[in-house]
Amino acid sequence: MAVITFSINGEPVSGRQDESILEIARQHNIRIPTLCHLDGLSDVGACRLCLVEVEGTAKLFPACSTFPSENMVVRTDTDRLRRYRRTIVELLASEGNHQCAVCVVNNHCELQNLAYQVGLEHVRVQYLFPRKDLDASHRDYIIDRNRCVLCTRCVRVCHEVEGAHVWDIANRGINCEIIADMHQPWGTSDSCTSCGKCVLVCPVGALIEKGATVAEMEKHRAFLPYIMTARTKHEWIARAIEED
Amino acid sequence: MATSAKPRVATVWLGGCSGCHMSLLDLDERLIELADRMELVFSPIADVKEYPANVDVALVEGAVSSEEHEHMARLIRTRSRCVVSFGDCATTGNVTALRNRFSVNDLMKRSYVELAPGGPAMPSTVISPLADTARPLHEVIPVDAFLHGCPPTAEEIWFAVDALLQGRIPELPNVYLRYG
Ligand code: SF4
Ligand code: SF4
Ligand code: SF4
Ligand code: FES
Repeated sequence: MAVITFSINGEPVSGRQDESILEIARQHNIRIPTLCHLDGLSDVGACRLCLVEVEGTAKLFPACSTFPSENMVVRTDTDRLRRYRRTIVELLASEGNHQCAVCVVNNHCELQNLAYQVGLEHVRVQYLFPRKDLDASHRDYIIDRNRCVLCTRCVRVCHEVEGAHVWDIANRGINCEIIADMHQPWGTSDSCTSCGKCVLVCPVGALIEKGATVAEMEKHRAFLPYIMTARTKHEWIARAIEED
Repeated sequence: MATSAKPRVATVWLGGCSGCHMSLLDLDERLIELADRMELVFSPIADVKEYPANVDVALVEGAVSSEEHEHMARLIRTRSRCVVSFGDCATTGNVTALRNRFSVNDLMKRSYVELAPGGPAMPSTVISPLADTARPLHEVIPVDAFLHGCPPTAEEIWFAVDALLQGRIPELPNVYLRYG
């Protein structure tokens, strides 16, 4: 596999042709915020938090799903990118109903961590306080759409790893929502195997276990690269994954 | 700044649970130092009926949830030099905003009729009408600084109040940026 050399923030870096800018940046200890990306799942470029600048074009590129070319000049830390990242987190916060103080994943939440990373001391856009619903019809789990950030990790893990494809996205724009099967209560889904993978990969408190109380639920995601490596390379090695 | 030497400080309790004020009391012995450095001109823990003029620093707990809160917020803004959103409810709406998904009418019926078997009655005069939604303070008036947490820790409050009493807007280090 050909090796590409290029630069990130002025630092020369190299990686394989099939590695994304995000993967190569991480190998060189350059941190780029992410939300929809998860090691072990395909990349869809949904959240736009990982946007980077590439010299020679005004367009911004999602690092998780962009592959570098020889001599590319990439920047991850400009004022413009910092501004955009903060705005993205503000929009995510204002489009849902987030009350961290009473949330199951308080202190273990990727949206909270992003808010701290981008220095979100207050949200400058108006809070929408949308009326979203909660579905507790499943025996073991709950989906609370008030806290969903539409990263589609659940959709991908259920389709790509579990092979059940319970989840999908319905509607458009601000009305987007995650639905089970044919838009029915999760508990009535015939395709759900109750494996719990979607709950573990959900970055926020939208997919949760029943019975967990405030700040009690910590999600461990290392299982995913483990089973994906085992499945694709037949190597059973546990490796630590980066948890932001 | 008022002519008296000590900064005039107000603390206000809007749509919150008073937990932020409890956390203020968690300053413990530092309260004695504060008493020397400032004058408390309005607060739920001071017997003052009306929000005074020439306030230097106002710490405002809670979301803006009723007509009275909104009136108070505007009064605070016109009479205070520096207004601080004190805790998550003031900064994001937080728990107070949980009720935003219900109509005010449904809420009032639930609270004052369905859950009041003793003597159900809708309040008409004593309680200020609820606003359609509980909102963070900065959506109603301009705010100069934000304290986070439900409630903010005593350390964060101390850091901020110390800066404010020196006439500075606190630049809170990232360790204090914690929601929930
Ligand atoms: S999902 Fe995260 S950001 Fe949302 S309420 Fe829960 S802890 Fe807060
Ligand atoms: S529990 Fe498993 S099968 Fe059911 S929706 Fe989640 S990932 Fe899919
Ligand atoms: S439920 Fe969780 S994993 Fe699924 S889209 Fe929403 S935030 Fe992402
Ligand atoms: S992590 Fe790249 S777009 Fe979400």
